[in-house]
Amino acid sequence: MYRYDDYDRQIVAERVEQYRDQVRRRISGELSEDEFRPLRLMNGLYLQLHAYMLRIAIPYGTLSSAQLRRLAEIGRRWDRGYGHFTTRQNIQFNWPRLADSPDILQALADVEMHAIQTSGNCIRNTTADQFAGVALDEIEDPRPWCEIIRQWSTFHPEFTFLPRKFKIAVTGSAHDRAALRVHDIGLALKRNAQGEVGFEVMIGGGQGRTPMLAPTIREFLPKADLLPYLEAALRVYNRAGRRDNIYKARIKILVGALGAAEYARQTEEEFQRIKAEGSVELLPAEIERIHAFFAPPPYETLSADVPEFVAAKLDDRRFARWARTNVSPHKQPGYAIVTITLKPVGGVPGDATSDQMDAIADLADRYGFGEIRVTHDQNLVLPDVKQSNLSALWAALKALNLGEANAGLVSDMIACPGLDYCNLANARSIPVAQAISRRFADLERQHEIGELRIKMSGCINACGHHHVGHIGILGVDKNGEEFYQITLGGSADEKASLGKILGPSVPREQVADAVETIIDTYLGLRKDGEKFLDTYRRVGIAPFKEKLYATA
Amino acid sequence: MPLLKHGRVVDDPWHLVGDDDPLPAEGPVVVTLKRWTAEREALLARGWPLGVRLEPADLVETLVPDLARLELIEVDFPKFNDGRGYSTARLLRQRYRYAGELRAVGRVLRDQLLYLHRCGFDAFEIAREDAVETWIKAVSEFGAWYQRGADDRQTVNALRHRRAS
Repeated sequence: MYRYDDYDRQIVAERVEQYRDQVRRRISGELSEDEFRPLRLMNGLYLQLHAYMLRIAIPYGTLSSAQLRRLAEIGRRWDRGYGHFTTRQNIQFNWPRLADSPDILQALADVEMHAIQTSGNCIRNTTADQFAGVALDEIEDPRPWCEIIRQWSTFHPEFTFLPRKFKIAVTGSAHDRAALRVHDIGLALKRNAQGEVGFEVMIGGGQGRTPMLAPTIREFLPKADLLPYLEAALRVYNRAGRRDNIYKARIKILVGALGAAEYARQTEEEFQRIKAEGSVELLPAEIERIHAFFAPPPYETLSADVPEFVAAKLDDRRFARWARTNVSPHKQPGYAIVTITLKPVGGVPGDATSDQMDAIADLADRYGFGEIRVTHDQNLVLPDVKQSNLSALWAALKALNLGEANAGLVSDMIACPGLDYCNLANARSIPVAQAISRRFADLERQHEIGELRIKMSGCINACGHHHVGHIGILGVDKNGEEFYQITLGGSADEKASLGKILGPSVPREQVADAVETIIDTYLGLRKDGEKFLDTYRRVGIAPFKEKLYATA
Repeated sequence: MPLLKHGRVVDDPWHLVGDDDPLPAEGPVVVTLKRWTAEREALLARGWPLGVRLEPADLVETLVPDLARLELIEVDFPKFNDGRGYSTARLLRQRYRYAGELRAVGRVLRDQLLYLHRCGFDAFEIAREDAVETWIKAVSEFGAWYQRGADDRQTVNALRHRRAS
């Protein structure tokens, strides 16, 4: 993975010192809360319902075991012994004290981490496919390009006061695991007719109160042109994006208003001029330097047939079940990618205790090359596990209450923190997620149901990605009571779609029942092996609507 | 309000003339883009130095044919978080090679001085008595940058590979 040099270190260290002084001025009263607010937000420090919340960037979801241990330590020393992984490949701590926050940033800087641009109307943490560099279906590793974007976007002098926040995601596989079409910019590495690798550029997607799927703005962008093109796309947005209404300020609204073709034309024109001016610098030697950090680790030469793995599956059907959902094919023979779901029965999606983080860091050292990934569905991944070690790894995970065989199944839900923590929320998410998870605690049944993505948000801002859930759940407030609107048919992959509203919202205690009715309806309708989403796409929303509201 | 130019507090010889105010007989004046467009010939005929004030939504492209005639361009930041002026500045300096004074006015916060400077501003109206001290601190707060700006700071990129090229 990328390692800081003296310049990277200097930038992060200077940021810590700047922030330390800002906090000092706030505590001494020299800065009012109003003046301090934009400054703390630019360091990821929010004021939430009960306390401050610190959001830390995990660039493109990649962590070293040392970094994960440091996060564990921060949780233990300055928080309440746990952290919350989010859909943006960040981690949030919910209870830090303002006075401690500079020391937390220093502790992060010591392991080459930061909270830069995890908030504010700037270019946020760039996210990526959590299987980057190891996926069997990968065209090329997106991580070097994510790091190039990280550096280019860090303290970009022109783009620090954009109309709204700005999110970029990158993948290198045919299968989209990073929800590209619901980002401000989605970049997919792909091959053109000449066999060269470049980017398909999608711009203007997003969720929130106006969900939109990003149209393709450029079919193929040569890799070396990435930064001038991004600079052009951002400049057009910075100048023309709406600033009169924050709900209309995201780039999706601009692209929608201009039309994709006109936005593409303006961006192209700006791009050509920027290129001619040479005002964006990315030297070939720098591209090479960054790529070198992502060279494959020292894999052993192994056979693709691993008798121990096959035998272990035959031996224990619970292990076989886990291998089916939580183990993915690796590009290196004899290796596998392991997803650790942070979704135990009745748990809070995305939460990990400090002890669990330490233990996972140890497992990454023992069974991998000391690397961990964070996924946009709030799970963790060990990217390089020898298949012969999978059974031992699973046993260790079970002991940590992290061995649940539910990746991609009903209980592997995305849920935002909701009204239990968040200032913006209208309704709780966590208790609803817990109720659904308990209702479907029986793994046998979850496996019988098959792939099903439930995503829930506690308000219209859609942090829980409900618009792109196969089943989406949105918390709404009705005269002080929590209700939940259900959508069906959303999807965040390469065939992205937005969910349709099923009907009137239901009260909290009926959400799990409603989900069960929807799933039973699907089981009654599905043809051999058909996934939930495929059945929905075949039969439409009507049968689900009928079933759910007939019983109401 | 103190005017900071090239890091020093200086006197401001310019006079901002409102759209409905009469033009003074002599002295350098700054006018809005609207007035510039409407009274361009008369303004040029005065023979005194001329400046134009741009609001966030004003398109800098309008001014391009006249850039050589202007000695001052003010970019207004009515709200600190309206970032359009940053793009305006970079375009003026890097694309259109504007060489006169580029002044940030309005809500200019100390924590923005460095970004503004990096985008090409060389003068700032800043509501602080300790403007010079603030300036020195702001511009030295960060010593390394990943991106090229409109200032002369070397990028990390260039520094990393200086020996190689």
